[in-house]
Amino acid sequence: MAQAIVFLPLFGFLIAGLASLIAHRPAREAEVRAFGDADHSGHGGHGYQDYGHQDHGHDDHHAAEPSPHSEGVSRFAEVITTGFLAIACILSWAEFAQVALGSGAAFRVQIADWIHVGGFVADWSLRIDTLTAVMLVVVTSVSMLVHLYSIGYMHEDPARPRFFAYLSLFTFAMLMLVTSDNLVQMFFGWEGVGLASYLLIGFWFKKKSANDAAMKAFIVNRVGDFGFALGIFLTFWLFGAVSFDPIFAGVAGKAKEATVFLGYSVPALELACVLLFMGAMGKSAQFLLHTWLPDAMEGPTPVSALIHAATMVTAGVFMVARLSPLFEHAPVAQSVVLVIGATTAFFAATVGLVQNDIKRVIAYSTCSQLGYMFVALGTGVYAAGIYHLFTHAFFKALLFLGAGSVIHAMHHEQDIRKMGGLARKIPFTAAMMAIGTIALTGFPFTAGFYSKDAIIEAAYVAHQPGHVYAFICVVLAAGMTSFYSWRLFFLTFLGRTRADHHTYEHAHESPLVMLVPLGVLAAGAILAGFPLVGKFIGHDYDAFWKGALFTGANNHTLHDMHDSTKLAAWVPWSPLVMMVAGFVLAYLFYLRWPEIPGRLAARHPTIYRFLLNKWYFDELYDRIFVRPAKALGHFLWKKGDGAMIDGFGPDGVSATVLRVTGRVVRLQTGFVYHYAFAMLLGVAGFVTWYLFAGGAR
Amino acid sequence: MFGFGILSGLLVLPLIGAAFVLLQKSDEAGLRNARWGAFWTTIVTFILSLVALARFDAAKAGFQLVERKAWLGTEIVYQLGVDGVAMPFVILTTFLMPFCILASFNAIRTRQKEYYALFLLLETLMIGVFVALDLVLFYVFFEAGLIPMFLIIGIWGGARRIYASFKFFLYTLVGSLLMLLAIMAMYWSAGSTDIVKLLAYKFPAGMQTWLWLAFFASFAVKMPMWPVHTWLPDAHVEAPTAGSVILAGILLKMGGYGFLRFSLPMFPEASLQFANLVFALSVVAIVYTSLVALMQEDIKKLIAYSSVAHMGFVTMGLFTLNAQGVQGAVFQMVSHGLVSGALFLCVGIVYDRMHTREIKAYGGLANRMPLYALVFLVFTMANVGLPGTSGFVGEFLTLLGSYKANTAVALVATSGVILSAAYALWLFARVVYGKVERHALETIPDLDRRELALLVPLALFVIYFGVQPNAILDMSAASVDGILAAVKSGLGGRLAGLAQ
Repeated sequence: MAQAIVFLPLFGFLIAGLASLIAHRPAREAEVRAFGDADHSGHGGHGYQDYGHQDHGHDDHHAAEPSPHSEGVSRFAEVITTGFLAIACILSWAEFAQVALGSGAAFRVQIADWIHVGGFVADWSLRIDTLTAVMLVVVTSVSMLVHLYSIGYMHEDPARPRFFAYLSLFTFAMLMLVTSDNLVQMFFGWEGVGLASYLLIGFWFKKKSANDAAMKAFIVNRVGDFGFALGIFLTFWLFGAVSFDPIFAGVAGKAKEATVFLGYSVPALELACVLLFMGAMGKSAQFLLHTWLPDAMEGPTPVSALIHAATMVTAGVFMVARLSPLFEHAPVAQSVVLVIGATTAFFAATVGLVQNDIKRVIAYSTCSQLGYMFVALGTGVYAAGIYHLFTHAFFKALLFLGAGSVIHAMHHEQDIRKMGGLARKIPFTAAMMAIGTIALTGFPFTAGFYSKDAIIEAAYVAHQPGHVYAFICVVLAAGMTSFYSWRLFFLTFLGRTRADHHTYEHAHESPLVMLVPLGVLAAGAILAGFPLVGKFIGHDYDAFWKGALFTGANNHTLHDMHDSTKLAAWVPWSPLVMMVAGFVLAYLFYLRWPEIPGRLAARHPTIYRFLLNKWYFDELYDRIFVRPAKALGHFLWKKGDGAMIDGFGPDGVSATVLRVTGRVVRLQTGFVYHYAFAMLLGVAGFVTWYLFAGGAR
Repeated sequence: MFGFGILSGLLVLPLIGAAFVLLQKSDEAGLRNARWGAFWTTIVTFILSLVALARFDAAKAGFQLVERKAWLGTEIVYQLGVDGVAMPFVILTTFLMPFCILASFNAIRTRQKEYYALFLLLETLMIGVFVALDLVLFYVFFEAGLIPMFLIIGIWGGARRIYASFKFFLYTLVGSLLMLLAIMAMYWSAGSTDIVKLLAYKFPAGMQTWLWLAFFASFAVKMPMWPVHTWLPDAHVEAPTAGSVILAGILLKMGGYGFLRFSLPMFPEASLQFANLVFALSVVAIVYTSLVALMQEDIKKLIAYSSVAHMGFVTMGLFTLNAQGVQGAVFQMVSHGLVSGALFLCVGIVYDRMHTREIKAYGGLANRMPLYALVFLVFTMANVGLPGTSGFVGEFLTLLGSYKANTAVALVATSGVILSAAYALWLFARVVYGKVERHALETIPDLDRRELALLVPLALFVIYFGVQPNAILDMSAASVDGILAAVKSGLGGRLAGLAQ
């Protein structure tokens, strides 16, 4: 069953990929014709202001008429990939019922050998326990719904088979990641989802901004992977293994061990955890390595929902939870996780306050919510982090797909300043977005309410250094989350419309194939809360997790959260108060007195621009990394290779040789014979010497 | 057969093919015979090498399929044999050769018979390097192999071919003369040039130092290691496509093979002594050439610089003196042979259509050439070491080994994974992605059947060895362990943590 779940998407990818190669052939002539006219019709309508590089718009919806043949192939690819995913999804829920909800034991399936060198063994194998089962249902459910949704959303795109192939490839890599039984296979899935993300962000490869965003995502993730790889090396030399069971078994004995790193003696386990966490920071877009995520919104919106909200970006959270036995023995690393997570939660929320692109607001929200999850992990309440991952997957995918429905309705307009009043036009989408928004802001009895409050409480009662900072960050972020979410909702759906007349009048509800996934996710955004909270972080904790998450003997944080002597009475109320405050403020700013935000921005231009430009991280990184690297590369090429090495080496020597030999040897043809002659001389000399000296012995 | 063993067969077969090719008439039919004759020769040679592989027992550490004949007196012998370190390279050579011949069918239009004959001669000489079990024999193959390469670059090369060949010549001359001196000294000391005997002989520590340096001079140029790498980009740029494939695929591996065959087991003291030097040069190569690659404007030059960086992983891995590092280095060499060979083929394919290697002249190829975009993507990802491709395994293992040997080295070298992603993806974005903006590209055709036959098998192997690397790792395991054991005993157990 586990094999079927993991490999069905792979087969889907292979079949759809082949279909894509076949479909492209007859479509080619049509595409050539379409080049001049239809190619970039979509760009005109975007009158963005001059800040930053935030231009958008999918300009790839060809007007080229696909042939009936390629139409059939596309439909085939859609049905195959979506069907395979549906099967995988059903099997995943069955696995979840058995392993997580039921009493089924965790198990491991060996698939094949992979790398065996000396004492190093990394195999292809699947590990299914409650943690994996939770991830399986999240990944396959969202992926299946996104496949379904894409049938409608990508309807006009002639390259659909390629799109569905990439989606299934992503799903396969993600499933390999969450089922891995060793760090190296996890790394395989890790980079595999990175590849799929690269391909999907750059799916509209004619658009330069999409290519740049794809490249940025891959390279920034590689910075994280640099840490991940070093973490794997250190772990292997520390434990003599990369498989989880031997590592976890040996961790207690290695807790005090030190290693020499760059001349300093440091605690080995702490270092390994920090290095591995660096990988998580890249994949989960945490503070300092977050810059790729907002740009990744260049990809088609279903991609943003699947990869950049529900699944791939949560891989870092999964990794830390999977390695909970290591982190439990590395308190400093835990604090690092806590502080980075809290900073991200706060930072991303501030940026989200002022963004105008519907997808970027949600992207920063995702970044911020990932920060929440890391706060939970940092406090040692891994279950709360995974629980928030679980609930977040539903409501954030819902918000993204809802945004996609809005974009679809508005003919690829993404600027919320040019929307408004859409609730009258697309009521179902609006209702679903409303459910997503209340779940995200933590409205009582929705999924987000349980998981987010648990994190805030955990930050309050935790003991790790930095937990007070984290508590303040996440509470403030809760207020901002509420503000920017309702701001988005009000600007898009309520009030008077600011869209141009034509666009507004033609705004239409999406087809059923797109609305059904919205409905399912909305149900999830409600149901993931109350029915499951007891299992994830409540009384059924032990029966549910069955040891898949490790908590040390001194880790009582989860228990303390339910202890009224440890948890002040006002703490559970704080996120609620923040939520209401954010809502009221958004109401006043964007419905009641819509002129306030403009005036506020005009009065504090520095703060406004600082937030609008995302704390200037892109500019900073360009200055300190990108440009110096290019300059250095150019310098080393021209001056290092050119002037120094060649100058003093071959060119210098040849100049000298030329002077000496003059016209004796004609350089043009002489070199080969020259060389052969020298060699011959050498061999002759050697043979002579051998015959006289050696042979005489 | 004919009093020869199978390895001699591998050496003789291409020569027979070369003779056949040269005997053809110069009319159209004769040239076609020459082309296909060369192609089938390489195929038969490949099949024969597979027979050799089937007879080869990977579980044994020593030399196998050994043949021995008297040559120059009693102590310089014609002796051939393979072990688990040589075998992968023999197969790699015979495997890549048909691709080179096939890739030349359209590209080479002048002096075709000479061209194919030289390639076949080159094959013999390259196989000879990997199967020679006599130092003098090795030297002859090692150095003679350069002559056909010179001619291939010099006659069928690009505009600046003379400069490129000359540069190559200057670099190699110094190295090879020093190596020749070292060989003489080794004969003087050990009384034989039989490699099997030399491996059992312990050179005095003081002598090891300068013998090691002399060999190093030659191998470092071949690798090439920083700072003697500057001949490579020029040679690649000027060489015809198939020449680049051989250069990157096989010739660069001779240096690494040399380190493994001679420097490590014969001069263990000196290897340990100079390990830090090699580490330093390796990490400089990785970072330096990756940065330089980032700024290249010529596709071939970019890939050439990336080759230098990848060879940096090899030299680093070899001198970690642990199983992961050394086996990773062997694997990395084989993988790089496939991947960089394929990348040069990819460049050749668009060069044949557009007659330029400038990155700026391209863009948006994915619109017109989806198949090409796909295979180029596979090789680009293998080049950046994506897990699931062969590029990952070698890079990962060498880095893993180096972490044990020297953490700082591993740290700097691992940063290479970021830089390689940067230059490789940037190249891909500029060449394959984007809109078709150049008029000339609007009608560029996608891969034809011949080109698919070139690239698809390579792509499949790159993925296969990424998923099942044990096929190569198992082949080299016993021999690498043997070499490391020899190093260890040569050091008298002074190296902790060896062969974990």
